[in-house]
Amino acid sequence: MTTHPLRPTDPEAAKVWDTAASVPDPEIPVISIADLGILRDAAIIDGTAVVTITPTYSGCPAMDHITREVEEALVAAGYENSRVDLVLQPAWTTDWITEEGREQLRDYGIAPPVHAAGDPRQGPIKLTLAPPPPVPCPRCGSTRTKNIAQFGSTSCKALYSCEDCLEPFDYFKVH
Amino acid sequence: MSSFATVDSATRQTQGDSLTAEDVQGLGAKASEDVAAYAAMLGDDALMLGQRLSWWISRAPEMEEDIALANIALDLTGHTRFLYSYAGTAWDKTEDDLAYFREEEEFRSARLMEQENGDFGQTIARQLIASYYMLGLYTALLDSKDETLAAIAAKAVKEVEYHVDHANQWVLRLGLGTELSKHRIEEGLYYMWPYVDELFEDLELHTRLAEQGIAVLPSSLRAEFDERIKHVLDTAELEIPQTPQAMSGQRTGRFSELRAYILAELQVFARKHPGATW
Repeated sequence: MTTHPLRPTDPEAAKVWDTAASVPDPEIPVISIADLGILRDAAIIDGTAVVTITPTYSGCPAMDHITREVEEALVAAGYENSRVDLVLQPAWTTDWITEEGREQLRDYGIAPPVHAAGDPRQGPIKLTLAPPPPVPCPRCGSTRTKNIAQFGSTSCKALYSCEDCLEPFDYFKVH
Repeated sequence: MSSFATVDSATRQTQGDSLTAEDVQGLGAKASEDVAAYAAMLGDDALMLGQRLSWWISRAPEMEEDIALANIALDLTGHTRFLYSYAGTAWDKTEDDLAYFREEEEFRSARLMEQENGDFGQTIARQLIASYYMLGLYTALLDSKDETLAAIAAKAVKEVEYHVDHANQWVLRLGLGTELSKHRIEEGLYYMWPYVDELFEDLELHTRLAEQGIAVLPSSLRAEFDERIKHVLDTAELEIPQTPQAMSGQRTGRFSELRAYILAELQVFARKHPGATW
């Protein structure tokens, strides 16, 4: 398992990171907040364990839950003083999902984002009735899949169906 | 932290899960009076539209749209949360205070966002206009000299792109579908079109803040909006409605009664039990 690129090298800060990184996403319990790119930093500042996280979608209701879980994890790990800070910038992007994270999503039955996020300033929105790029089925790998709905069970997901194995699955949208 | 609530509540008074000013304050500075008013104005738009779209939950014509409109409403409510929390730093108020405990005349939402849902065609017409407006607005706001506004915009713009895509697809389906679907989207556009100009009207607050590179001058967004809307409507074989524009109330709520009804439903529970959490 590769080390997360943002995991601090300082051993004390790394311990705080590992504690926070043990918190799973409440919706997708197989993936940690570190692998999802939500966990941004961990440090000890003036004797306080400080964890920095960033929200995914603006309205994501899981963020409140994640904040509480991280706070509880820090207390359980024995830190007398701790806090969780929220940063909005740089804006969270699916590009921050690690390779491990993508594997974990796939194993769980959620197809990971098929390409990198574009520049928000890019040109006009596509205007055809053509379907979005092919998403491989997380179960059988087939690309004969159909977009049933662009908006799925949560803000971040779309609903697809596989025409080979006939199973429906969630797709984590590029963000 | 003070609250606008004037009624003492027998229920537990806690923060609950609402974002605190500190959460947002940790990101940037305390907002100035003008910046707070601007952030609240943007938040008002997202709040009203999000509230209107929420009505469709359990009532949409098909399951997928029930979920789509709910997701869009959730995104918008998220924008409101960040914008209100930031605005609240100027007045020591929370997002809940601004949403639930301000009076009708204190809001500065545009009337387009407040328009009634009507049928699905009418709602999609409102979505087409609102989503393209917000796309232009948040894209321009990425360059704001106010870091917090730029950060909020960076998140919002990605989500609004999906809203635009949703509106595009439906306008195409309805316009190029049956006689009935074309009629419904035409009626919807005709109903909503009088409220377009107000979105691009420059108020004094806009001018003051735009001079400082903080706010986006609404009039600067009009040309691109017109071009994009024309492209969608042309492809859908629909026409830009020929209707006069409604008289501007400059977002104060004058010349419109709709805001009161939206707020009555939105605010009643919080006002009855101020500070209630679960």
